[in-house]
Amino acid sequence: MSFELPKLPYAHNALEPYISEKTIEFHYGKHHKAYVDKVNGMIQGTEFENADLETIIKKSDGGIFNNGAQVWNHTFYFEALSPDAKKAPEGNLAAAINETFGSFEQFKTDFANAGAGLFGSGWVWLVKNKDGKLEILQGANAENPIRDDYTPIMTMDVWEHAYYLDTQNARPKYIENFFEVLDWSVVEKRF
Amino acid sequence: MSFKLPDLKYDYNALEPYIDAQTMEIHHTKHHGGYTTKLNAALEAENVSGKSIEEILGSVSKYNMGIRNNGGGYFNHNLFWEIMSPNGGGNPTGDIGNAIAETFGSYDKFKDEFANAAATRFGSGWAWLVKENGKLKIGSTPNQDNPLMDVSDFKGQPLLGLDVWEHAYYLKYQNRRPEYIDAFFNVINWDKVNELFKG
Ligand SMILES: [Fe+2]
Ligand SMILES: [Fe+2]
Repeated sequence: MSFELPKLPYAHNALEPYISEKTIEFHYGKHHKAYVDKVNGMIQGTEFENADLETIIKKSDGGIFNNGAQVWNHTFYFEALSPDAKKAPEGNLAAAINETFGSFEQFKTDFANAGAGLFGSGWVWLVKNKDGKLEILQGANAENPIRDDYTPIMTMDVWEHAYYLDTQNARPKYIENFFEVLDWSVVEKRF
Repeated sequence: MSFKLPDLKYDYNALEPYIDAQTMEIHHTKHHGGYTTKLNAALEAENVSGKSIEEILGSVSKYNMGIRNNGGGYFNHNLFWEIMSPNGGGNPTGDIGNAIAETFGSYDKFKDEFANAAATRFGSGWAWLVKENGKLKIGSTPNQDNPLMDVSDFKGQPLLGLDVWEHAYYLKYQNRRPEYIDAFFNVINWDKVNELFKG
């Protein structure tokens, strides 16, 4: 099986001014694409040759894991961004966020702190645990919570490549921008 | 006592075209400056004083992650600025030149091995040339860990360090880390590396 780079559901400049066209061109067009190309090359002739990405995330290590998980992570990240983002959750998800974090504002603060506090490259996740409860998790580099039996419902890339052209060292500014284009209607469906 | 962000011995634009002035300025003032400030705050919070940065890193397992991350960031960038120079590049000379030829076969082979260590460090980190028991070794560490740390898998006396966090190259090279690594060889201050090798 060979993985494909999924099409973005918006134009490369559609997330401006929050995420620049240049950032999307590199992040999606170069980084995401390179992870796809690399995992496709690496799985040839291995036990993962016909595996899906979830199996790769759960069972593989080293380069296959890093590149396979990064394909999944970036697809999950990009597909939840939108120029017409719904800015806050409603319904069951809103209720679950209130129950776990106290309020949507408190959730955003906690999530932003998890993003600012992740040292090095990685991802911050909103997940459902085995009891159906929400949690915020930090993952280094390519880590993905599926491996530990969580159900991811939202993620934020905090590798420097996700924001360095736009906000340089100011990761918190990127996190603010991220919330401007994060489409909660996508996150609701996952929940 | 607190640690100070050192001044650079050259201008921010001095390493052009290999490393651009904007990257140098942000890297020095914001990133290195940030590690320095946070290290001092973390040491104060833990009541650690009167220790050299090398002592702190050598027993870093005793301390919290703030000291490990920011102490590493402080030391690593101090070294990084020192082992680069606008008059750098070219073949390594003197004792380090001989030791590199002896250990790796040739300077070209050394470059290949060092570039490979830098290119294959997944995520953020550093590539290193170190001396351990008189012998040269190449390796890499994640994030701001370094070969002086007791927690590090890769140990030795750092002679040369290359920052491969994306902040070190993204404004000029974006996703093309290998181009940045190639460019680095043009600014290596071999005089400084020799000094560290003999020391
Ligand atoms: Fe990314
Ligand atoms: Fe750096």
